[in-house]
Amino acid sequence: MRARIGLAIVLVLLVSQFALAVEPIRVGVYEPMTGNMAAGGQMTVEGINLAHELYPEVLGRPIQLFLVDNRSDQVESANAVARLIEHDKVSAIIGTYGSSNAIAGSDVAERHGIPVLATSATNPMVTQGKDYSFRTCFIDPFQGEVMANYTYNHLGLTKAALMVDVAADYSVGLANFFVATFEELGGEIVSQMRYQTGDQEFTAQLTEIIARGAEVLFIPGYFGDAALIARQLRDLGSDIQILGGDALDAPELMTIGGDAVEGLSISSFFSVEAPQTEETRIFAEAFQAKYGQLPNAMAALGYDSYMIIRDAIERAGSNDPQAIRDALAATKDFPAVTGNTTLNEHGDAVKDAVILQVQNGEFRYLTTVPAK
Amino acid sequence: MNLQMFLQNLANGVSLGTLYALIACGYTMVYGILRLINFAHGEIFMLGAYFIYYNILLFALPWWLAFLIAVGATGLVGVAVDWIAYKPLRDAPRISALISAIGVSFFVQNLGLVVFGGRPKPFPVPAFFSQMVNVGGVRIMSLTFFIPILAIVLFLILSFLIYRTKPGLAMRAISKDIETARLMAVDINKTIAFTFAIGSILAAAGGAMWAMRYPQINPMMGTMPGLKAFIAAVLGGIGSIPGAMLGGLLIGLLEIMFVAFLPALSGYRDALSFIVLILILLVRPSGFLGEKGEEKV
Amino acid sequence: MGRRKKRLITLAGLALLILVIWWAQANLNSYTLRILNLAAINIICAMSLNLLFGFTGQFSLGHAGFMAVGAYVTGLLILPEAAKANIFILDPLTWPFTVLSAPFLVALLAGGAVAALIAVVIGFPVLRLRGDYLGIATLGFAEIVRVLANNLTTVTNGALGLKDIPPISNLWWTVGGAVIAYAVIKRIITSSYGRAFMAIRENEVAAEAMGVSLVYYKTLSFAVSAFFAGVGGGLMASLLTTINPRTFVFMLTFNILIMVVVGGLGSLTGSIVAGLILTVIMEALRPLESPMVIFGRYIPGIPGMRMVIFAIILLIAILFLKQGIFGQRELDLDAMAGLYRKARARLASGQKESGV
Repeated sequence: MRARIGLAIVLVLLVSQFALAVEPIRVGVYEPMTGNMAAGGQMTVEGINLAHELYPEVLGRPIQLFLVDNRSDQVESANAVARLIEHDKVSAIIGTYGSSNAIAGSDVAERHGIPVLATSATNPMVTQGKDYSFRTCFIDPFQGEVMANYTYNHLGLTKAALMVDVAADYSVGLANFFVATFEELGGEIVSQMRYQTGDQEFTAQLTEIIARGAEVLFIPGYFGDAALIARQLRDLGSDIQILGGDALDAPELMTIGGDAVEGLSISSFFSVEAPQTEETRIFAEAFQAKYGQLPNAMAALGYDSYMIIRDAIERAGSNDPQAIRDALAATKDFPAVTGNTTLNEHGDAVKDAVILQVQNGEFRYLTTVPAK
Repeated sequence: MNLQMFLQNLANGVSLGTLYALIACGYTMVYGILRLINFAHGEIFMLGAYFIYYNILLFALPWWLAFLIAVGATGLVGVAVDWIAYKPLRDAPRISALISAIGVSFFVQNLGLVVFGGRPKPFPVPAFFSQMVNVGGVRIMSLTFFIPILAIVLFLILSFLIYRTKPGLAMRAISKDIETARLMAVDINKTIAFTFAIGSILAAAGGAMWAMRYPQINPMMGTMPGLKAFIAAVLGGIGSIPGAMLGGLLIGLLEIMFVAFLPALSGYRDALSFIVLILILLVRPSGFLGEKGEEKV
Repeated sequence: MGRRKKRLITLAGLALLILVIWWAQANLNSYTLRILNLAAINIICAMSLNLLFGFTGQFSLGHAGFMAVGAYVTGLLILPEAAKANIFILDPLTWPFTVLSAPFLVALLAGGAVAALIAVVIGFPVLRLRGDYLGIATLGFAEIVRVLANNLTTVTNGALGLKDIPPISNLWWTVGGAVIAYAVIKRIITSSYGRAFMAIRENEVAAEAMGVSLVYYKTLSFAVSAFFAGVGGGLMASLLTTINPRTFVFMLTFNILIMVVVGGLGSLTGSIVAGLILTVIMEALRPLESPMVIFGRYIPGIPGMRMVIFAIILLIAILFLKQGIFGQRELDLDAMAGLYRKARARLASGQKESGV
């Protein structure tokens, strides 16, 4: 009997709380929390959660996040987005890491007219031909161009080799755009070696790359693989310059790569040393305080995606998906962690890239490449 | 390709091959006795690496002690897995145990993602193992010399266990005919648990060596090496420990030499071991050193 | 039960199914529909694997490979030309595929046919292997397909995959496909072919001695199985509107295999029930990962928990249902009639005893 009274009290309390509270604005998040992209997804969600903690409200209403796992899988990505829309009734969606997942998910959102903002899906195909798809990151053609330019013009290196993960759309895309610009500039690609996600043994490819007399190795891959590639390259006695893309921007690159990644340069979105906006500093400090480690690019993009959606909702003045979509499309010079962000007519973020270099086990800011 | 490059590739191939061989041994032992493809072997391998990582990180243990404790703990995990997931299925169709193994693999991997997190972790490698040794222009990681030694030591211990001790005799009896063994008063469950313990210890040792060679550990790390090692075990003739070693060495060498000689096809490397496997199986259906056994009528 | 009565009940059942699909398409939300579609596709694939493994006894781990083949063939055939030009952003699509196109039904059949053809080609040598060796060889086949899909960029677009595939799949196609697959496979296993398959399953040597051609029947079973896997893959491509090689990792084969075993090896209705239950459970477990309030205590969501629990459920299912849900039994009309008679008899005897 007593238990029943207790239960009734709890119920009444719950109900009264719901009645008093303002109806929250529902925002969906779908990211790979399990499966082989779990690392990226988990880092992104850290950033989203941090932003939600710092800025939990918009329009005087709380923002309620609905996080669903897409298991790094296309089938699950489509399911996840359908669930967010039909079951959780969200007004806008953030996600996801991994372009192939984003393509599967955004197609569902498109058909329901719900705007979706991809965090770190850099492949051009993600927003291609879609009205409700946007992204916080710049796209691979820009990044490939930045790194090719940096290699050829700034470093003055003309013989490049690549290590491409053929099973990762990100890697294949970025490699291609790098090669295109690099060859256009007059550089020579001496070797393009391939591996597959999950491989950890790269010595055969690297031996070939060394034999071809490459002056620079470009790794359009993920930080875990890149750290191992760098180690094995150094172990084979080569000291050529190593370069990479934004997916290398994580503290693990240094903790795993150790001395082997010293001097390695990457293109990325932001640097704490050269904060493009006030938000960069707030983010970096809050991230260190909450998670006790240095922030990474994925977390920054997750954080920014939340902030951009929140800004769009504010400007839309309501939680109507169509209004949010229109506000998102009109995003201009939003002061994000990863620089002032403008979404262009395709829905892609136009923002500066920064070049970072590993020095004494830390990423140091080198230079900024302005957006085009 | 010049000679030095070839030798460098050879060294790298042997280094990878011995790692595969080490993992394949555990696979082949369990299969030889239970006729069970233990799909969870790769996950046990992953656990071994994580146990060492946390032993060092949390308890600041010296390396060798961390290794011994982790290997022992993983052996216990192996016994627990057998007790929970395989023992109740001893009399069920063989496929049930296989599905159970897949279930264990799902479980351990996903629990790993929840508990350890998906981000790769840097595996501490003692400087002693990570030095590069220069042998006539060929650079070899000092660890590479230890892996074969460890493999041979383990091989000798295993051979002694299997051919010279009572539990070993029981294991061999079970692998020949489980029913007769039961009638001969062999304690089936104890023996199988013992087999799993040894298999898991081998997996953990393999995991430790793998993690030192490729010092990046993550919850998914067991999948690919596990699959390759299984291929190696089948190639060598499943159930045969020398076969597993031979198969492992062969797969390792092939993977390196394939890329070395056909660099343009490097993207196809992961298909290679399967193609070789299928071709070999067609010629020798029970692998190189496997027992030729016609299916019972 | 008389033949005519059976046919009548079957027709009535089909009519009811049509009504249900019609109602579902009109009234259910797209999320529920998506899950049901997925379940139907899983069921098609599970039944086809059951034909090969459950009825013919050939342990195959290559289903993801055949699904991939079907998905890519169907996808390429129904992709509009404009989309083809758009999505092959790195390497352009090679010639015959740029112009080849077909209506959905033809594309599905083509996907199945190509998968079946490949099954015949690889089955001829590989099916000589037995038991686990066959399993590992077919697993190898599926991995080879995936590696090819990653590397043959001028056909598959590599890791970028295909996108903007027209979303034609709906319950009419998926459930319709499942019904046809059931009817065809059922027809096969109750014919002389089926008896040959089961003879091979029970004892290959004895079957051969009785004059059953192992090569012919094994290859046939393999091809039919691959055909439906290919059709399933094609339906999936259209349901998702995008595919890439990562979708067809061996985890997919495992998922299908789990459905077959949990449902019962050698039970088509078992595959149907297990396919439905397991697909729905995966989604039904999602709330586990969202934050919840239990007894007034706030518990933050633990991402990844769903897969952990799914694995536990799977383990429990396999440990307690050693033969699967149905074993080798079928829950078809005959079985239901039997159940009905038994229930009525029990009722009747109960009435007699109570003296009414």
